[in-house]
Amino acid sequence: MKRFTFHRLWAIVLKEFIQMRRDRVTFGMMVGIPMMQLLLFGFAINSDPKHLPTAIRAADQGPFARTLVAALKQSSYFTFVREAATEEEARRLLQVGDVQFVINIPEDFSRRLLRGEKPTLLIEADATDPAATGPALSAVRAIADSVLDRDLAGPLARLRAKSGAIQLQVHAHYNPENITQYNVVPGLMGVVLTMTMVVITALAITRERERGTMENLLATPVRPTEVMVGKILPYIAVGYVQVTLILLAAHFIFGVPMLGSLPLLYAVALLFIAANLAVGITFSTLASNQLQAVQMAFFFFLPSILLSGFMFPFRGMPEWAQWVGSCLPNTHFLRIVRGILLKGNGLMEIAPHLWPLGVFLLVAMTIGVKRYRQTLD
Amino acid sequence: MSTASPASELAIDVTGVTKRFGPKTVVDAIDLQVRRGEIYGFLGPNGSGKTTFIRMLCGLLTPDAGSGTCLGYDVLRQQAEIKRHVGYMTQRFSYYEDLTIRENLDFIARIYDIPDRAAAVQQSLERLGLQNRSRQLAGQLSGGWKQRLALAACLIHQPQLLLLDEPTAGVDPKARRDFWDEIHRLAASGLTVLITTHYMDEAERCHRLAYLAYGHLLAQGTVGDVIASAHLTTWSVSGPDLPRVASALRERNGAEQIVAFGNTLHVSGRDAPKLAAAIAAVRDDRHQWTQIHPGLEDVFISLMDGAKDNFS
Repeated sequence: MKRFTFHRLWAIVLKEFIQMRRDRVTFGMMVGIPMMQLLLFGFAINSDPKHLPTAIRAADQGPFARTLVAALKQSSYFTFVREAATEEEARRLLQVGDVQFVINIPEDFSRRLLRGEKPTLLIEADATDPAATGPALSAVRAIADSVLDRDLAGPLARLRAKSGAIQLQVHAHYNPENITQYNVVPGLMGVVLTMTMVVITALAITRERERGTMENLLATPVRPTEVMVGKILPYIAVGYVQVTLILLAAHFIFGVPMLGSLPLLYAVALLFIAANLAVGITFSTLASNQLQAVQMAFFFFLPSILLSGFMFPFRGMPEWAQWVGSCLPNTHFLRIVRGILLKGNGLMEIAPHLWPLGVFLLVAMTIGVKRYRQTLD
Repeated sequence: MSTASPASELAIDVTGVTKRFGPKTVVDAIDLQVRRGEIYGFLGPNGSGKTTFIRMLCGLLTPDAGSGTCLGYDVLRQQAEIKRHVGYMTQRFSYYEDLTIRENLDFIARIYDIPDRAAAVQQSLERLGLQNRSRQLAGQLSGGWKQRLALAACLIHQPQLLLLDEPTAGVDPKARRDFWDEIHRLAASGLTVLITTHYMDEAERCHRLAYLAYGHLLAQGTVGDVIASAHLTTWSVSGPDLPRVASALRERNGAEQIVAFGNTLHVSGRDAPKLAAAIAAVRDDRHQWTQIHPGLEDVFISLMDGAKDNFS
């Protein structure tokens, strides 16, 4: 009986196929996850982000300024969405994250150009994510060097200096040295919390049901809400330990600046943790075993990494992907964490990302509690 | 505040209890009265609705129809009160395998909000002889010890009613006997026990029995009542070549049920003359035929065959 036989092997193979077919969720995931990856990697991700929202502060309306703006627009890297009247307004737009760039054209731009004084074109960038701003900024240099060549014809041709007719100055705000870690490490907080909170809660409740201990628990006077909240509280504590670990590492190992209020960050983290736990509970009511719970969590985790702006620039994605990304709590939490740590944002500046988190929590909680109640009777 | 009337003799008093899951009626209009201090056996084939009925009694499921009281509390509206006074032992071991015996008991004691928790845990460990094993993980216990732990845990809040769902499945005979001795001690002290089982010897240790099949209550009463109500006549036959005797009997009317018990066959039927005629036709000198009192098992198999299987 020691010999390897193919009919015994075949018996095992057949049995595995039958079981695979029975477990609909797993089967669906085996098809769903590759499809999702294909969609995300194939269509959504773009490492050369274009159409970045840009504000312009043009103090000079001369022909050369107009040519320059037109050329920037044509490069398709910039989409001019706002006009900033003052420097303060421009700064605020960057801080809130409404625009990625502010292009400043000084008032004597055309005059100084004609005089051959190489006027300065100042570009202010929200450089928290160097990957998002990098390609656009290199494009600007090329444009600035070549665009005015056509206008500077005839007698003005002498102005085409070898180094260009204008000077380009870039202020990379919030991350002047373009250190990738400054962007990644705070972002990791959202990713780690999403992963552990969703998986752990989904597992904790599914395990109780799979092992039959839930029935026993429900036969005692304990109320369903007590079970649910009691199961969640320890993981909120775990979530806070994770937040603290990442902050410590960010500060002591990576030297990430922490300009904003840490208490504010801790407070907002609660909202985000709760949102993920609610997702975990919803999954636990859908999954019939622990494997399914893990798969569902992965299904949620994948877009949370790829479409949230953690791995790839959010604004580089097509509109539909941005729309999906905007529905994920991680997208908003990333912006809040980066805003608080790198930009020193306060409650007012993060408010636009706070309410989507709240809405998500409310929706997920409603579905979770509703489904959880149904599983009892 | 208890709304139970202390004069009430009945621990369980329900009528017309029904539960449907989708199109299937799993428990169909069951009436059941169980007196306080009684050990009431609940028997029936697998899937007959025993577990569902018990879950309705202890407030885990809400009946679709019917009414009644459990310990004086309304089974439809006072599920929270019922849960506080009922101990429920599930069919499958349902305590935490990654907690020790003591941690499990302590957890349950906290859930029931027992005033002197440490003493209650200690007392329950001692009474069930678990004190030497209190630090052992529940998952490492053998079947018999798991069952003792489960019993200790569902007694810790001093319930008035114990609902035991196949508590002795997979437990060795010695441990089963110890378990039943404990159940009788508890009943003697005033506890009411409703217990499901597939073992006939256990059924005979109950004060009263009910037989459930496919959601219907087919018989109830003492062991004697249940046997008498079946109106069964049973013959025992021994001798050579019993399978041939069995197949010869099956060809005739009257022998409704032929079951092998070791080296004998039990041949039963509800129509005694018809059965006698069938036996007379196959009887020969090589076999010993004797009429015997039908046992519970004969009765139950007969009930089971007679019950209409609405699941098939």
